[in-house]
Amino acid sequence: MKNYLRGLKAGIPIGLGYLSVSFTFGIAAISYGLNWWQAILVSMTTVTSAGQFAGIGMMAHPGLYWQMLISQITINIRYSFMSISIGQKADKKFKGIYRWLLGFFMTDEIFAVASQEESVKRSFFLGLSTIPYIGWSAGTAIGALLGNILPEKIMSALALAIYGMFIAIVVPEMKKGKSVILAVALAFGFSAMFYYIPVLQKVSSGLSISICAIVAALICAVLFPVSDEDDNGDKAAKKDKENNIKDKEVLTNE
Amino acid sequence: MNNYQFFTYLLVLAGSTYLIRVIPFVAIKEKINNKLIRSFLYYIPYAVLTAMTLPAAFYATRSVVSAIVGILVAIILAYKNKSLTVVAIFACLAVYITELIM
Repeated sequence: MKNYLRGLKAGIPIGLGYLSVSFTFGIAAISYGLNWWQAILVSMTTVTSAGQFAGIGMMAHPGLYWQMLISQITINIRYSFMSISIGQKADKKFKGIYRWLLGFFMTDEIFAVASQEESVKRSFFLGLSTIPYIGWSAGTAIGALLGNILPEKIMSALALAIYGMFIAIVVPEMKKGKSVILAVALAFGFSAMFYYIPVLQKVSSGLSISICAIVAALICAVLFPVSDEDDNGDKAAKKDKENNIKDKEVLTNE
Repeated sequence: MNNYQFFTYLLVLAGSTYLIRVIPFVAIKEKINNKLIRSFLYYIPYAVLTAMTLPAAFYATRSVVSAIVGILVAIILAYKNKSLTVVAIFACLAVYITELIM
C-alpha cells in the first residue's frame, strides 16, 4: 500500500500532462469522423500518443489494416526497449501475470519515472499508472464531448508539464558524470536532425525517437560502458545515501 | 465508418501496441549479463527522454518564447533537485505568466 501510494503521487504530474495531450486527441478524433465513444475507447485500450494520432488518421480511410499494423510497429518499437529496461529492474514478485497486466501501461512517461526506481515494485508501478490512465481517458472524453472549452492559454501552459517532468529526471543525472551528458547531447543532436532536415522530417516522430535514442545509447555504451553489477549496486547505495542526506537537509531547512 | 471497420482497426491499433509492450516484458526474465547491453539499457532512459523533449518542447506552447522560459525554469529547478511535480507545475506556471505578459 505504501508503494502504491508513492506511485500514485509520482503519477500526478504525468496525469496533468496527459490531460492536455489527450484533450487534443479527443478533438482530433472527432474531426476525423469518430464518435465520442469511439475516441474514448481508442484511448482506453491503446494509451499512447503518437500511435493513436497516426491510427485515427488511417481509420478515416477504409481497409488500411496492414498499413496500420506496420506504422504502429515502427512508431511503438521504443516500448520494447523500455519494457526490457524495466524488466531488468523489476522486483522478484513483479512477474508472470503481473507483467502481462501492468505491461499495458508502459508509456514513455511511466517508463521514465519507473526507471528512476532502484527496484520496480508491482504495487508502485500500478500506483504510478493509475492517475495517468485516468487523465488520458478523461482528457479524451472531455476533448471529444466538449471540444475547445479550456482557454487556449491554459492548454498551452499544460503542454509543458510532461517536458518539465522529463527535464526534472534528466538534469540531476547530468550532474553525476560526463557519460550521461554525452548521451543527452547525442540524443539532442540526432533529434534536431530529424526535426530540421527536410528529408528526415518525413520520418514519424515515434520512429525518430527510437532511432535517436538507440544510436545515442549505443555510442555511450561503447565509449563508457557501465561497470559490473556490484559497482552499480555500490553506486546505487551511495546515491540512496546521498538522497537520504539531502532529504534530511531539506527537513532541517524547513 | 461502420462498427465492423472501427473494431477491426481498434483491434490492430490496441493489439499491436499492447503486444509490443508486453512481449519483451514477459519474455526476458533473466538478468542480462552482457556488459554492452547492460550499458545500453542504462543510457536508454536519458536518450529517450532527451529525444522526446528536444527540440519538440520549444514548439509545444503557443510561442517559442514562452516555451523557452518554461524550459529554463524547469532546468533551474531540476538542477536544484526539486521533485518532478514541482518542476512540472512551475514550468507550466512560467509559460502561463509569460504568455500573459506577452
